[in-house]
Amino acid sequence: MNGWTGKILRVNLSTGKLSTEPLDPDSAKDYLGARGLGTKIMTDEVDPKVDPLSPKNKLIFAPGPLTGSYAPSAGRYTVVTKGALTGAIASSNSGGVWGPELKFAGYDALIIEGAAPKPVYLWIRNQKVEIRDASHIWGKTVPETSDAIRAETDDDAKIACIGPAGENRVLFAAIMNDLHRAAGRSGTGAVMGSKNLKAIAVVGSGAVTCADPKAFETAVMDAREKIQKHPVGGAGLRLYGTNVLTNILNEVGGYPTRNFQDGHFPTADKIGGETLAATLLQRPRGCFSCIISCGRVTKVTNKKYAGEGEGPEYETAWGFGGDCGVDNLDAVTKANYLCNEYGMDTISMAATIACAMELYERGFISRKDTGGVALEWGNAEAMVEATRLTGVGEGFGKKLALGSYRLAESYGHSELSMTVKKQEIPAYDARAIQGIGLNYATANCGAAHVRGYTISPEVLGVPMKVDKDTIEGKPALVILFQNLTAALDATGSCLFATFGIGADELAGMLSAVTGVAYTTDDFMKCGDRIYNLERQWNLAAGLTAKDDTLPIRLLNEPIKTGASKGMVSRLPEMLPTYYELRGWDGNGVPTPAKLGELSLTA
Amino acid sequence: MAHMLMINPEKCTGCHNCELACSMAHEGVFRPDATRVHVYSWEREGFSVPMMCQHCRDAPCITVCTPHALTRDPDTGWVNLDEGKCIGCKMCVQACPFGNSIWDELTHKILKCDNCGGDPACAKMCPTQALEWVDDLTATRRRKRAFTEKFKDAFSE
Repeated sequence: MNGWTGKILRVNLSTGKLSTEPLDPDSAKDYLGARGLGTKIMTDEVDPKVDPLSPKNKLIFAPGPLTGSYAPSAGRYTVVTKGALTGAIASSNSGGVWGPELKFAGYDALIIEGAAPKPVYLWIRNQKVEIRDASHIWGKTVPETSDAIRAETDDDAKIACIGPAGENRVLFAAIMNDLHRAAGRSGTGAVMGSKNLKAIAVVGSGAVTCADPKAFETAVMDAREKIQKHPVGGAGLRLYGTNVLTNILNEVGGYPTRNFQDGHFPTADKIGGETLAATLLQRPRGCFSCIISCGRVTKVTNKKYAGEGEGPEYETAWGFGGDCGVDNLDAVTKANYLCNEYGMDTISMAATIACAMELYERGFISRKDTGGVALEWGNAEAMVEATRLTGVGEGFGKKLALGSYRLAESYGHSELSMTVKKQEIPAYDARAIQGIGLNYATANCGAAHVRGYTISPEVLGVPMKVDKDTIEGKPALVILFQNLTAALDATGSCLFATFGIGADELAGMLSAVTGVAYTTDDFMKCGDRIYNLERQWNLAAGLTAKDDTLPIRLLNEPIKTGASKGMVSRLPEMLPTYYELRGWDGNGVPTPAKLGELSLTA
Repeated sequence: MAHMLMINPEKCTGCHNCELACSMAHEGVFRPDATRVHVYSWEREGFSVPMMCQHCRDAPCITVCTPHALTRDPDTGWVNLDEGKCIGCKMCVQACPFGNSIWDELTHKILKCDNCGGDPACAKMCPTQALEWVDDLTATRRRKRAFTEKFKDAFSE
């Protein structure tokens, strides 16, 4: 095979059995790789009703067919599993260099089954695979773990691991790779922790082959030029990182503030990308094969919050910033570093603290409950301390570790949790931007901006400007973005490549590298198929149309200030059309006709 | 005018596109282990440095190459490798002060930058001009300029 390595590595941690098997060419053709292939494997092998933290859940790491090639910004892998936070299908992708290394070691996917009786790590050097004792590494942070494992494997080994948060089953624990990159959402790290798997070290020295190098080079150079000429993909993200969005979202009144009580944060500029570039930024950083370099290598010298690492991204700066009422960039960045070191999703961590702040401010929890941490709006010190407590698993951190839904519910106020399918909503207000709200409600992994990023047309005007306030045409727009993103994710590409290219270019590169001819329609159909397979998985897991909703606040409480003052989400008006256009019945179940069209079975 | 590959580590983002371009140009596959250019990264510092044969004027690899597989091209000044003459003794790997003569464990051959014959694939694929193919006068002047700029910035603060 070209593009694909044609091989899957299977590791059973209960029995210690290691095996390889050929990649099924039909699955590869229909589901591409990464998110698509992972979902296909989960569907074939795992009961959707399984407890996410039981040995019966599986954990799949999969790069895509473009991963390891020089397709621009296509060096990603996806973790697919049943999400610890959500109970839905989780597919969290990550950049860095780890995914390509797994591919160069020879694998399109790594399937982890069962659970080890005691802490272990996996050491993969091409065909040579070992399960090794990790008792002495258990409890260590992500940087400590990476150093310790390199010292006993290979100086150049690429490391994906969990920190103490994953070990302690923090429900939004992340799997970290290359220190600063995260398969962040839905609690992939908690699943890894439940398997007693501390880390996966990889050295790969093999090749990724290409069916038609000449055609591929032409397609790649065309795609690169389009991205480099794009104002966002070319210059914006390299100069200011994703955090360039802070001022943009705040200006349109779509910047969720103090746990979504408002949509505008007056001092947002203090934590925005321009300020970051002028203060903490050391240099931009790129993932494997990336031509964008949105990564932020930063350093905080302020003694109180001193540290160095990467970040913050926009979502992180928003979460620890505006969503908590904090405008101290040093503190926000420190909280980001702590999440990277302990291995936690910054969005869910931050939004859970924001929820706890509202519970505290409204008197639903007391200072006694929080162990003395004054969770007042804007209290930067308390925000950082709450993050640390969650990472180390102490005091009130044990409650925060449950995520905002379970936290708020335990105090009888689940309405204060800003979640969909128990996953925290990210940094774009669904009241101010109608399409993104519909996307949150229908994203298969729970609330996520990276399933159907309609912010591009609704706010940034990419590839065309669409009125953010209207609901006209939004269901079709959301479906288009969700299907495109599913297919793009499955190739191993970064979503930011779409600041310049689309399905035409991706299908072209995919065809040249694999030798399988994909038209743009074929490619989009792969996305539709993946989306529907995820949906089927969720329905079989027990989720229903009732879960396709937003917090009451976003439907009923208008934004109070800023450019989107007075607006609420009109989700109920959009959802029936969305179902219809998806080919789903009134209960959100794919119709037999739709399944037939995608060659799926009921 | 002679050209050289100029390395600007401060511009390198660690994307490895140069390695992919190099292995595709020489080996016809994507294989960062089989490249004549290598990007070495310091993960904690978030810093990366691309490295390849410097085509040294007084090249230790030529001195130790008993079968004379490594020779200097009188026209370009580059150190050239004749794979047909190479016996795989790896003395050049030992001798290179920078680790830029590479023994590939899979193909069992020495890999060394040949400037792609005058049109280096790595520089074309570098998205940030951390690698540039420039004439040697420009390369030298730009280095001086970059260095003196630091003084200028220090004095104008």
